[in-house]
Amino acid sequence: MSFTKTLYAATAMALVTAGGAFAENLVIATVNNGDMIRMQGLTQDFTDKTGHTVEWVTLEENVLRQRVTTDIAAKGGSFDIMTIGMYEAPIWAANEWLVPLDDLSAEYDADDILPAMKGGLSYEGTMYAAPFYGESSMIMYRTDLMEKAGMEMPEAPTWTFIREAAAAMTDRDNDINGICLRGKAGWGEGGAFITAMSNSFGARWFDEEWNAQFDTQPWKDTLEFYVGMMNESGPTGYATNGFNENLNLFQQGKCGMWIDATVAASFVTNPNDSEVADSVGFALAPDNGLGKRSNWLWAWALAIPAGTQKEAAAKEFIEWSTSKSYIELVAENEGWANVPPGARTSLYENPNYKEVPFAQMTLDSILSADPNNPTVDPVPYVGIQFAAIPEFAGIATEVSQEFSAVYAGQQSIDEALEKAQALTNDAMEAAGYR
Amino acid sequence: MARAVTNNRKIINTAAAWAVGLLIFFPILWTILTSFKTEATAIADPPVFLAFDWTLENYTAVMERSNYAKFLWNSIIIAGGSTILGIIIAVPAAWSMAFVPSKRTKDILLWMLSTKMLPAVGVLYPIYLICIQLGILDSRVALVIILMLMNLPIIVWMLYTYFKEIPGEILEAARMDGASLKEEILYVLTPMAIPGIASTLLLNFILAWNEAFWTLNLTAANAAPLTAFIASYSSPEGLFFAKLSAASTMAIAPILILGWFSQKQLVSGLTFGAVK
Amino acid sequence: MATQHSRSAARIMMAPAVILLLGWMLVPLIMTLLFSFKKYLPMRGGDLGWVGFENYVRFVSSSAFWPSVSATLIVVGGVLAITIFFGVLLAILLNQPMWGQGVVRILVIAPFFVMPTVSALVWKNMFMDPTNGLFAHLWRFFGADPVSWLSEASLPSIVLIVSWQWLPFATLILLTAIQSLDSEQLEAAEMDGAPPLKRFAYITLPHLSRAITIVLLIQTIFLLAIFAEIFVTTGGAFGTRTLTYLIFQRVLESQNVGLGSAGGVYAIILANIVAIFLMRIVGKNLDA
Repeated sequence: MSFTKTLYAATAMALVTAGGAFAENLVIATVNNGDMIRMQGLTQDFTDKTGHTVEWVTLEENVLRQRVTTDIAAKGGSFDIMTIGMYEAPIWAANEWLVPLDDLSAEYDADDILPAMKGGLSYEGTMYAAPFYGESSMIMYRTDLMEKAGMEMPEAPTWTFIREAAAAMTDRDNDINGICLRGKAGWGEGGAFITAMSNSFGARWFDEEWNAQFDTQPWKDTLEFYVGMMNESGPTGYATNGFNENLNLFQQGKCGMWIDATVAASFVTNPNDSEVADSVGFALAPDNGLGKRSNWLWAWALAIPAGTQKEAAAKEFIEWSTSKSYIELVAENEGWANVPPGARTSLYENPNYKEVPFAQMTLDSILSADPNNPTVDPVPYVGIQFAAIPEFAGIATEVSQEFSAVYAGQQSIDEALEKAQALTNDAMEAAGYR
Repeated sequence: MARAVTNNRKIINTAAAWAVGLLIFFPILWTILTSFKTEATAIADPPVFLAFDWTLENYTAVMERSNYAKFLWNSIIIAGGSTILGIIIAVPAAWSMAFVPSKRTKDILLWMLSTKMLPAVGVLYPIYLICIQLGILDSRVALVIILMLMNLPIIVWMLYTYFKEIPGEILEAARMDGASLKEEILYVLTPMAIPGIASTLLLNFILAWNEAFWTLNLTAANAAPLTAFIASYSSPEGLFFAKLSAASTMAIAPILILGWFSQKQLVSGLTFGAVK
Repeated sequence: MATQHSRSAARIMMAPAVILLLGWMLVPLIMTLLFSFKKYLPMRGGDLGWVGFENYVRFVSSSAFWPSVSATLIVVGGVLAITIFFGVLLAILLNQPMWGQGVVRILVIAPFFVMPTVSALVWKNMFMDPTNGLFAHLWRFFGADPVSWLSEASLPSIVLIVSWQWLPFATLILLTAIQSLDSEQLEAAEMDGAPPLKRFAYITLPHLSRAITIVLLIQTIFLLAIFAEIFVTTGGAFGTRTLTYLIFQRVLESQNVGLGSAGGVYAIILANIVAIFLMRIVGKNLDA
C-alpha cells in the first residue's frame, strides 16, 4: 500500500515537473447521497495521484439543484465541477454551458459506459456529463411474504398481478403494507414515479404539438389505478412518502413490495441497515401489455461548467471518479455491493460483481429503458420520467403537488387532472411553445 | 398566614412556568438527546428518553464529513461583521433622528422598515449578477454587506428608541461644556446607551446567524456558513435522525450558549420603544 | 432647541444609512420592475425582450395565485394570533415571583436561537413524521392512528412550527413591557377588590397595547417572508404555497424570472397594504 502511495506521489511529482501542470484546487458541488459521501472519503486517492486538491460543497438534492442552476445560468463560476442529473445535462449542453467530454483519455475507455447512460447525458451525439452512477427502477419484494401469500413473482409482472399480490400480502394487524410507492410532491419524487408509471398505461405529458395531455383517459386510468391500489394496500400517509421514507419502511419490514430506484437494492440487502436483508427478491417494473414498462432511467453525473479556468484538472477528476479503477477502489474498501452501479458495461461483466444478487436485474432494467421512445404514442421530448425541456421541472413539481393532494384525499382525481392540464398549458404558453 | 399564601402561589407559579418552559424547550432537548443515540435508537418505538447507550459516533461522523470549524468561523464573521458594520452606520442616523427630529423623521423610519418587505427570491438573479460583476460571489464580504443592509432598518429603529429615552438635557449640558458633536456621541451618548446597543447587537447577531436564503444561495466553498452545513444533512438515503440531530446541535449550540449568557440583556433590552 | 448647525450635522449623519438603504431598496426594486415587463428565461438565453403587462396578467390569472394570497394571510395571521395570545400569558407568568426564573426564561426564549432550517427539519422529521416521529409514537401509544401532519393538517403544522420559533420574540418584548408596569397601581386595584380578569383587562392589557403593536409590526415583516419552513417541510404542496413561495417556484423552479418578478411586484403591493394598515396603528404609538 505504502509502496503504491509512494509510486503515486512520484508519478504526481513527475507529472508536475514534466507536464508543467499546476496543482489546482477544485470546487465540486455534489448531492449528499451515500455514493458521493463515499467518494468524498476517498478523495485523498485522487490528490495522491494528481496533486490536485478538492473542496466539496455537499448539499441536499433540492438545494443543490437550485444552487447549481442559478450559478450556471448566471455564469457565476462558483464551481469547477457540478453534479447534475440526466434531466439537466442535455438542456445545459444545448445552451453551451458545459464543456464537452469528447476528449477523455483512451485509458478511461468512454465506450465502456452503458449506451443508455451515455445517450441520456449527451446532446447531439456528444457526451457532456460523465455518469457517476446510473439507475433504473425495479420491483423489490419480500420473498417470504410472497411465499406466505401463496404467489410467485414472475420476472416481468403486470400491474394487475402487482395489485393482486399487494392485496394478498397486506396484513394491517402486523403493520405490513402490500406495496409502498412514492407519493411525495416534487418532480424528482412522486412526480417521477407517476410519470414512469403512466408510460405503461399509454399516457404522455405532451402530444407532438406540445399540448398537455392530462385530459386523456390514460392519465385518469393511471391515477385511478394508483390511488385504488394504494388505498387497498399502501401505507397510511403515503402522500408524503418519497424515496427515503419508503426505504426506511421497507428496511423495517413494513412493505411487501416497493418499486423504486435500482440503487436501493444495495441498501435493502445490507444486513447492517435492513431487517429483511436476506429475503429480498427483484423483478422488472410492471407493465400493462402496451409495450412500455414503468421503469425510469436516471444518472447522477459530473459535468464541467464552460468557462472554468481549471478545465484540465476538472477532467482529470472526472476521469478518476467515473473510471473503472475507482470502482475497484471502492470494492477494495467497501465491498462489491457498494460500488457505484449502472454506469459501466465492464462492471456487469466482472465475475465478482455478478455474484451480487441485484446486479443482473439492475442491468436488465437499465437496458429496457429507452429515453428516446418513452411512451406508447409518439412524443416530442426525450426522457422517461421527465421531459428534457427547461420548463419541465417547474411544471412537474406543481403537477405532482396537485396529485399529492389527491393522495392525501384533499381533492378528486378529476379536479387534479383539470388543474394539471390548465397549469401545464399555461406554463407552456408562457414559455412560447404554444 | 399571608406568607403561606404567597409561598403557595410561588410554588404554583414555579410549577406552571417550569412546565411551560420545558414544553417549549422540549424540541431542542430532544434534538440534543437524539444526537447521542445510534440511528436505530433514534427511531425506537417506544422512544427512549435517557436510558440508552450514549454515543459520540454521530459527532465523529459529522466531523469526518464536514469541515465544521470553517462553517462556524464563516458564521461568526458574517453575523458579527454585518452586525458591527450595521451599528457603526446606524448610530449616527439614530442619533439625528432622536435628537434632531424633523417632520419627516417618522416617515423615514417607517420607510426604512418597509424596505424589508421586498421578497428576497425575486431579486436573486439581479443580486447574483451584481456579485459576479463585483467579484464578490462566494465571499464573506458580500454576505456581510447584504445581511447588514437587511438588518439595518431594525438596528436603526432599535437604537432610535433607546436614544430617545436619554434625556436631551444631558447632551445639551455636554454641548454647553464645549463638547464637539463627535465627542458628544462618543463620550456621552454611547456610554449611556450601551445596554441598548448591546441588546441591538445581540438581536441582530441572532437574525444574521439564522438567515438562510442569501447565505445559502451566494456561497460555495469559501464563505459558506452553518446554514449551508445543515443543508447537507437532510439525508435522502436511510436513517438519518441521529446524524441530523448532531449536525443541528452543532449549528445551534454556539448561538444557544451566547443566548444563555446574554439572557438578562435580552429580557430587559428588547423594547423597540414599547416601554415609555 | 436644535440649531441650524446640528440640523445639517444630523442630515450628514443620517446620510449613510439612508443612502445605503435607498440603494438597497431601489436597485433591486428597479431591476424587479424592469424584469417584470420582460420575457426573461435564464434557461433559454436570458432576456428575450419586452412583453408589456403579460407577466402581470399571467401571474394573477394562474390558479395558484389567490390560494397563495390566502395561504400567506392564514400563516401570518395564525402565527400572529398564537404568538401574541400565548406571549401575553407567558409574559405574565414569567413576571411572577418563582424559583429559577432565569433558567425558565432561557428555556422559553431558546427556540428563537434555532435557525429556521434546523427547526423545520427537526419538526418535520422527529416530531411530525407519520412513521418514526414522536407524535406518531404518542398517537400509537394511545391507540390512535398516526396523523400525517404535513399533508392532512399542512397549514396548521406550518403555523405551529413558525409560532414555536416566534413565540419567544413576542414573549420577550411583552415581558419587558410588563416589567415596566407600575405594580402599585395593580396592588391598589387588588385592594379595591378588582378581580384578576378585570385587573388584566383594564390595567395590564392597555399598558401592553404598545408592545403588542410593535410585535405585530416586526413579526409581520418577518412572517411575510418565511420561506425555509415551507421549503423544508412541504415544498409548497397541500395548500402551503404562500406568495413568497409561489414567487420562488416561478423564479427558481420554473426559471421564469419575468413572471417571478411580476409576482415580486404583487408581493410588494400586498406587503405595503399590510404595512400601511399596521403603521397607521404603530405610527400613532411611535409619538405617543
